[in-house]
Amino acid sequence: MSTPLDTHPGTPGAPAGPAAPRRDMAQLGLAAALVVVGAYTVYDATTLRIGFGDPVGPRVFPYVIGAVTVLLGGLLVLATLRGDVPEAEGGEDVDLRQPADWITVLKLVGVLMFTVLTVSFLGWAISGAVLFVGSAWSLGSRTLVRDVIVGLVLSVTSWYAFHEGLGVILPAGILDGVL
Amino acid sequence: MDNLSLLMDGFGSVLTPQNLLFACIGVLLGTFVGVLPGIGPAMAVALLLPVTYGLDPIGAFIMFAGIYYGGMYGGSTTSILLNTPGESASVMTALEGNLMARAGRASQALATAAIGSFIAGTIGTLLVVFFAPALASVAVEIGAPSYFALMVLAMIMVTSVLGGSPLRGFIALFIGLTIGLVGLDLNTGQPRLSFDQPLLADRIDVVVVAVGIFALGEALWVAAHLRRSPLHVIPVGRPWMGREDLRRSWGPWLRGTAYGFPFGALPAGGAEIPTFLSYLTEKRIAKRKGVDEFGKGAIEGVAGPEAANNASAAGTFVPLLALGLPVTATSAVMLAALQGYGIEPGPGLMTDQPELVWALLASLLIGNALLLVLNLPLAPVWAKLLRIPRPQLYAGILFFAALGAYAANLQAFDLFLLVLLGLLGLAMRRFGLPVLPLILGVILGPLMEYRLREAMAISGGEVSGLWSEPLAVVIYVVVAIAVVVPLAVRRIRPTPAAVADGLDSPADEEEKVR
Repeated sequence: MSTPLDTHPGTPGAPAGPAAPRRDMAQLGLAAALVVVGAYTVYDATTLRIGFGDPVGPRVFPYVIGAVTVLLGGLLVLATLRGDVPEAEGGEDVDLRQPADWITVLKLVGVLMFTVLTVSFLGWAISGAVLFVGSAWSLGSRTLVRDVIVGLVLSVTSWYAFHEGLGVILPAGILDGVL
Repeated sequence: MDNLSLLMDGFGSVLTPQNLLFACIGVLLGTFVGVLPGIGPAMAVALLLPVTYGLDPIGAFIMFAGIYYGGMYGGSTTSILLNTPGESASVMTALEGNLMARAGRASQALATAAIGSFIAGTIGTLLVVFFAPALASVAVEIGAPSYFALMVLAMIMVTSVLGGSPLRGFIALFIGLTIGLVGLDLNTGQPRLSFDQPLLADRIDVVVVAVGIFALGEALWVAAHLRRSPLHVIPVGRPWMGREDLRRSWGPWLRGTAYGFPFGALPAGGAEIPTFLSYLTEKRIAKRKGVDEFGKGAIEGVAGPEAANNASAAGTFVPLLALGLPVTATSAVMLAALQGYGIEPGPGLMTDQPELVWALLASLLIGNALLLVLNLPLAPVWAKLLRIPRPQLYAGILFFAALGAYAANLQAFDLFLLVLLGLLGLAMRRFGLPVLPLILGVILGPLMEYRLREAMAISGGEVSGLWSEPLAVVIYVVVAIAVVVPLAVRRIRPTPAAVADGLDSPADEEEKVR
């Protein structure tokens, strides 16, 4: 993988981190996704019927957007192969010198999906509390009792606040009648 | 002085005990959420949207105004006390602000930031009062072709001029445009990209997109890279300023305001450039006076950029209210919030809903004043928030993000979309894709298509109808310049340091003008 166009791993003088890969091959995945999405957008537009008295019609916009998206996917492939690496976003609590911890992200997505699937049945008070406790646990908190109390207080308070203050009825679920 | 009397009417409808209470709650909530590390103003507004669901539009606007300025002020507190700016607009504030804090002058740094924000916000909002109606009365006259051109301009500017990588900007923009396509086609009533899901045919709620991309995406990204060692927080007492600090601050406040407002009002605004220009100017002036404390914690370096930041934030209300064009992430979220009330920002807004607009402007002024009154004494309390343990903090963000997305329509399906969009937000941060073009694409895409079809229907299908108005031609010329110049500059001087050099000279000229 040696190319004459070596990009430097990190800026000179920066704290020594893991050497940045010369090419970010994961970008090819993004490019592929763009091509698929763009192509599907164009295909989806072909299934639309054209109305009357509308010179543009419902197809033009998706055609253009889909085609450009495919084009951008192609350009991203070129840029990646030329050694173009993304500048990942920093932030107050972000430490980019550490390798990414995707396990934690997976756990969080799992907790969120649990909330998606149970919120109608268990109700916000329980699903919301589980969301808080599960997320805190996934992020490395080990004060389970405190988290459960905080989570329940948050979810029950928000249920009442929305119910009384804003007139938005969040589902009570199995606690129907108790709340 | 027609505008002033209208503004007074606005004050009339806002100044009731109940509405003032809403304003206080908004300022406190906004600052609370804005101070929390990792939460910028856009995310603060997105997370707090559900709080206003049950309110009538005026009450909601008042609360928004408080949340908006509160979130911005909270962000500057964080950057001064932590030295890790949460967003690009606070980078310049953080430079000198944190040095001041380390030198034991945190109180003065926070005070000059707070008072500077107040002055800049007030002047900026008053300028909006004068400019927005004038612009709107012109805007009512412009037809669909010019409108379409304006939206192209806003997209091109935000995408190619502001970001570091135009390719990534355009990728983000087109992902946003694709999301904007989902749902019923406006003219023919056919679902597009809906996979036969009736819930998707109803279009994706912009609030869900904003919360997903800003809040959930950010939380997941932080989760993947959570800092293992805690940051050092500088303790702070009650903010105050001596006579000497005041004498050194007022010039930077006013100059910062003068930089900030025009940039905010342009359809390529953002606060990065004006805060940077303000910083450079103050540094230059300090050097000329021979009292250059820059690099050791100069109060001018906090006062100027912070004023520029807030004036630019006020300036963004001009294109937002007069044209319906959001030019920053925060104003994009505000636009989404307005749409939630069935209010379509645009040239018609000023004439169709004058009482709402003037109430909003009046509440911006009130929120700004409350911010100063409430936050000077509360700063030590806010500083404690910086010590919240991170697992609970981000768990809380996930909790409120889910609550906000769910409470909008009470559909578990929206939560599912939220998770998908959160993963998209995560991927965008991983691949360095800017967030603003995406949100702009989601919001402006459908409007743009509507205007395009309107323009083409008027011209009877002639493509030349798109440049049938002189204004449209002018805008396309500006678009062409905006595309060509950065490309040329990049070719000649590719490094960011060189770009910073390039900004030196306009800073000089601006100075001479004044």
